[in-house]
Amino acid sequence: MTAPNEAAPAPDAVPTAAKPTRLAPIVTLDAKFFWDASDREEFVGQQCGACGKFRFPPAPMCAHCNSLDTRIVQLSGRGKVVSWIKPIHPPAFGFKEPPTVAVIELEEGTRFVSNVVGIAFEAVTMNMAVEVCFEATMGNHKVPVFRPAQ
Amino acid sequence: MTQRQAAIVGIGATEFSKESGRTELQLAAECAKAACDDAGISPKDIDGMITFTIDNSDEIGLARCLGVKDLAYTSRIPGGGAAAAATLYHAMALIDANVCENVLIWRAMNERSQYRFGQTPTNMSGYTAGHGTGSLLWCIPFGAMTPGTWAGLAGRPYMEKYGVTNRDFGLLSVQQRKYASTNPKAWFYEKPITLDDHQNSRWIVEPVLRLLDCCQESDGAVAILVTSMERARDLKQPPVRILGATQSIPRNVEVIANFYHDDLAVMPEAEGTAKRLYKQTGMKPGDMQAAMIYDAFSPHVFMQLEAFGFCKRGEAKDFIASGEIDIGGKLPINTHGGLMGEAYIHGMNTMAEGVRQVRGSAVNQVRNVRNVLVSSGMAGAILARD
Ligand SMILES: [Zn+2]
Repeated sequence: MTAPNEAAPAPDAVPTAAKPTRLAPIVTLDAKFFWDASDREEFVGQQCGACGKFRFPPAPMCAHCNSLDTRIVQLSGRGKVVSWIKPIHPPAFGFKEPPTVAVIELEEGTRFVSNVVGIAFEAVTMNMAVEVCFEATMGNHKVPVFRPAQ
Repeated sequence: MTQRQAAIVGIGATEFSKESGRTELQLAAECAKAACDDAGISPKDIDGMITFTIDNSDEIGLARCLGVKDLAYTSRIPGGGAAAAATLYHAMALIDANVCENVLIWRAMNERSQYRFGQTPTNMSGYTAGHGTGSLLWCIPFGAMTPGTWAGLAGRPYMEKYGVTNRDFGLLSVQQRKYASTNPKAWFYEKPITLDDHQNSRWIVEPVLRLLDCCQESDGAVAILVTSMERARDLKQPPVRILGATQSIPRNVEVIANFYHDDLAVMPEAEGTAKRLYKQTGMKPGDMQAAMIYDAFSPHVFMQLEAFGFCKRGEAKDFIASGEIDIGGKLPINTHGGLMGEAYIHGMNTMAEGVRQVRGSAVNQVRNVRNVLVSSGMAGAILARD
């Protein structure tokens, strides 16, 4: 595992207006493939080469059949909102306005914590269809976020 | 049954404050000494020590303070406060196995004056192996950086499924502050609140948690001393039998970042703990006269009441609204005021209240107590009169 502090600037660093202010992901060795793909605006996941099950968070072994045969595959990027909140206090670091933080249930069956963008917090509904897009972070990285499905 | 042999014989605590003015190691030493004095056991005779993985006080440093002659066993539990009752589980197992005679459990924290769990973290080193919280890494770039945000995300599917509102949560908070208001040890002693106070407190995480749905941030320390039932009968206090204790970490469940299991409207870890605990002891929900339930945030209490079978799924709001958790109700809970009303010593002070209820020495004493459930969500125990 890489040192957790490497990718994340201290929260008291002063963000400038022109640059992205969102914190970069903390990259562990087991999840490096995901964040590298994300930097290329690709949304990928792990699928078991033996039984076909998808898994998240990333792991080196399939929990269903214990196979180590792991494939990194493109995910559809489509899913639905199954939980969503607005953090008010303390203010979410790196956001000018409180973000909509959500749990997205992906078509492939796994879940992913992210943001819902492009729609007011009050307008989000349970099971609302969303699709992936990307936003920039500090340190020239990108992370997957979700907007209402077109 | 081997699980019937361990007993809690001592509890000790420092005062609960927002600025203790001394080191965590000193707090640890003070509460440990107090627990030994409570039991009538010399600190030198402690031979087992258990704390949380995230406790900052070193066991060797604490043993040195106490003059411990020869330490036979040490361990730490992962999962933060959610696993608090797992300390009792470890202690029970050590006594059952004849590995130790006198097991000290402690938790010491300057969690207000020295660092704050409720603020954005200034370093990410907590999200590493041994704490049971690795998935929190996946929340950080999205603005979910505090326990409140994680608990809010985990709590909303429950609210949506069962039509639970933040106002429903308020009734729990009001009840716990009522208990705290008559507890001189509580930070919120003589400071009860109304439902309006709750509804007017600021949002922490919309639309799940207001300020008064959150536990406090506190400085303080609590210790619990466990020995064998046989020995307990010769000591100062009425013995409190650990009738059963257990833990449950079902697949895809994780402390607080609990977004990956099948049904997000339930707490599988609490259901697993309940099932295992009832099986271990042969008891059922109706056998409990009181319960001490980890209340870092309101939704956790609702979901645990349901997981332990005190009411049906989705009905905790009605159970609470009809007064069943008040002192004369079916199941008084968190009679010290909980982590919201008394202090946040990571669930340890809540377990100590369970001990007082069984002894009959609580300030808000429930009548005719024989069995008390203590649950921290991912672990639990049933404490009983001898
Ligand atoms: Zn497989």
